[in-house]
Amino acid sequence: MHDLPQQILIGLQLGSIYALIALGYTMVYGVLKLINFAHGDVYMVGAYAGIGAAWLLGTWLPSVVHLPPLIPSPLGAVLVLLASMVICGLLGLIIEQAAYRPLRTRAWIAPALFLGAAVGYVAYGIATNANRTPVSAIIIGIVAWAGLAALLYTTQRRRSPGSGSRLTALITAIGVSLFLENFGVLPQIFSSDPRFFPNDPPIARLAPNVETGLIFTVSLVLMIALTYIVTRTRIGKAIRAVSFDSDAAALMGINTDRVIAFTFALGAALAGAAGVLVFGLQHTKFDPYVGILYGLKAFVAAVLGGIGNIPGAVLGGLIMGLAETLVVAYGPNIGIDSTYRDAVAFFLLILILLFRPAGLLGKFAPEKV
Amino acid sequence: MRFNRASTRQLCGLFSAAAFALTFSGCANKTVGTSPGGDGSSASSPIVIGEFASMTGAQATFGSSTDKGVQLAAAEINKAGGIDGHQVAIHLENDEGQPDAAATGVKKLITEDKAIAILGEVASKNSIAAAPFCNSNRVPMISPSSTNPKVTQTGPYIFRVCFIDPFQGTVAAKFVTGTLKAKTAAILYDKTSDYSNGLQDFFQKAFVAQGGKVLLVRTYQAGDPDFRSSLTTIKAANPDILYVPGYYNEVGTIARQARQLGITAPLVGGDGWESPKLIEGAGGPGGALEGCYFTDHSALDERDPVVKKFVESYKAANGGQSPDALTGQGYDAAGVLFAAIKAAGKPDGGDYNSDAFRAKLRDAIAATAGYKGATGDITLDADRNAKKAAVVLQIKGSNYKNVIATFQP
Repeated sequence: MHDLPQQILIGLQLGSIYALIALGYTMVYGVLKLINFAHGDVYMVGAYAGIGAAWLLGTWLPSVVHLPPLIPSPLGAVLVLLASMVICGLLGLIIEQAAYRPLRTRAWIAPALFLGAAVGYVAYGIATNANRTPVSAIIIGIVAWAGLAALLYTTQRRRSPGSGSRLTALITAIGVSLFLENFGVLPQIFSSDPRFFPNDPPIARLAPNVETGLIFTVSLVLMIALTYIVTRTRIGKAIRAVSFDSDAAALMGINTDRVIAFTFALGAALAGAAGVLVFGLQHTKFDPYVGILYGLKAFVAAVLGGIGNIPGAVLGGLIMGLAETLVVAYGPNIGIDSTYRDAVAFFLLILILLFRPAGLLGKFAPEKV
Repeated sequence: MRFNRASTRQLCGLFSAAAFALTFSGCANKTVGTSPGGDGSSASSPIVIGEFASMTGAQATFGSSTDKGVQLAAAEINKAGGIDGHQVAIHLENDEGQPDAAATGVKKLITEDKAIAILGEVASKNSIAAAPFCNSNRVPMISPSSTNPKVTQTGPYIFRVCFIDPFQGTVAAKFVTGTLKAKTAAILYDKTSDYSNGLQDFFQKAFVAQGGKVLLVRTYQAGDPDFRSSLTTIKAANPDILYVPGYYNEVGTIARQARQLGITAPLVGGDGWESPKLIEGAGGPGGALEGCYFTDHSALDERDPVVKKFVESYKAANGGQSPDALTGQGYDAAGVLFAAIKAAGKPDGGDYNSDAFRAKLRDAIAATAGYKGATGDITLDADRNAKKAAVVLQIKGSNYKNVIATFQP
């Protein structure tokens, strides 16, 4: 047990990553009562955005980012982190505009634009694979795009706003998640081959505890920034108001759609940061399916802490990370195989929910009928 | 208005139908070596061989390396006039490294493509998933490099042209106790892989038999992002070597995190390390795997004329790139199969896909003895496994093929 401090450090670091992702789940649940199952996949896109940013920066600004030693250049590392946060923030916005907003309102332009672009791109890719000429492939792509736009226009105009149920939104979230994973697998997008962040040969540039500490610290800074935004700014106040009662907030003149969009962007940016922190600093492989398990664990962390509650998500994340690490480290000594790490994490969830159905910090509010 | 709306929808339906039609035409099988205009008479119709491989996914280099070897063997035999005037057509199914996809792919190859024999896979769990269907349909299957004993135990129609893990594990144990003078070892293996499970077990037994002591055994699951918790306990145990019988993807990360935590003991592994991407995953040349060892099928020693010919024709076909051992295994698996088809002779009635011919083909493969392959001489034993030498390779810089020792069966 003498390596306990080391194991706790690893656990806290893993937990801080779960917490960063869990914040996105919990905030979106707060404003929309929606479990955004696509959130884990945003984290996956964050890793790819980071590797793309590293590559671009290395190509365009080789003096700023010495590409192979990505991390020893602090400015380069910060730029990559910010780039990934911005890209994921935008992705969060797009997901909200294209997939969830049309379920609440009569919006059709944004979904047609983004979904149609994706459908058009896939149609174009298929057409080129089928040895069509480039011009006819582009025409097929545009036709597919236009077809989808027309379909959305006709259906959206006839529905009454707010008719989509929460179940519809939940299923849409699963759909978006599957879309991101399987779109990413396409050879033209990310392909299913695992990737690594570039790294230089003298691997021990950063001592392990410095690396672990760095991940933990950056997560902490991001969480403090989030707390500041939520508690001290106007938009933060609006988020809290919408989370408290969205109808009343709308009556008070708050543009709830804008608040919801901002919340998505904020959560997605945190997930993007988590993606770069994990895969950029730990140099582990990632593929388009890497978000599934992380997303699930972070979701469990959010529920564990009380979904909708921001400090709860952080607490839940840290508990999950510590529990998992301690199982891997000391489980084998008492006959629990380290492959039980996931099982133990989920068992913990069941146990806590038995005694506190609203999670550790959640308030149990019986539904008034 | 009503009419307009309906017509818009019909139009959309049409578009999506068109898109779907394109999807299917886009997914058509990759076929090579079909004889020109040979879809008419049965006399010149191609002999269809099915191949399943992980062309994408977590073990993508296994599939692409093996497939290049198979394609080269097919191209060579077709150039030389084929088998009895019939060209050979390789139908490739990508299983993405997933056992269920391997099983489905092989079903398609046998029932739809009418393959008379199957080549594949590298990862043992995929071969084990596909073998029962081949065996029950009496279609011979040759695995190029699945080393888990269970693969060929499926039944009489399943073969392999590589050694098996009891031998590979023994070789690793003899090497670490003999050459590296290791007295203690720690093992970190992938619990979800048949290959990793089997190999660690055989290594452990052989290592203990050689007088070594296994200090601790830890497990992981393919796809785990973080091994530091297990590695921290391994570091505390301070073993002479760390045995990691996993696949190349995880090995790079494990090595990097082990070195970061200050584990200086060499990592030792098996043929699952064989990949052009092995070193990249460990942080590039001179990275975390520098100086580590693994057991493998062959180092493709070019002093042997058969190997030299293979390497040269491979380079000519692949823009000067060097083949790896898995390419050689793929080439040999296809070579053994083609030789057996020739040896089985002409089928009665000219149907290569008859039960009678496939039974003859099975016997011909089983009788393979002294076949001069690129990865060594191949003789299949009564258990349908090849008796072949194993090499121990060391990773130095960007080269992972420095031969340290060769062990005869």
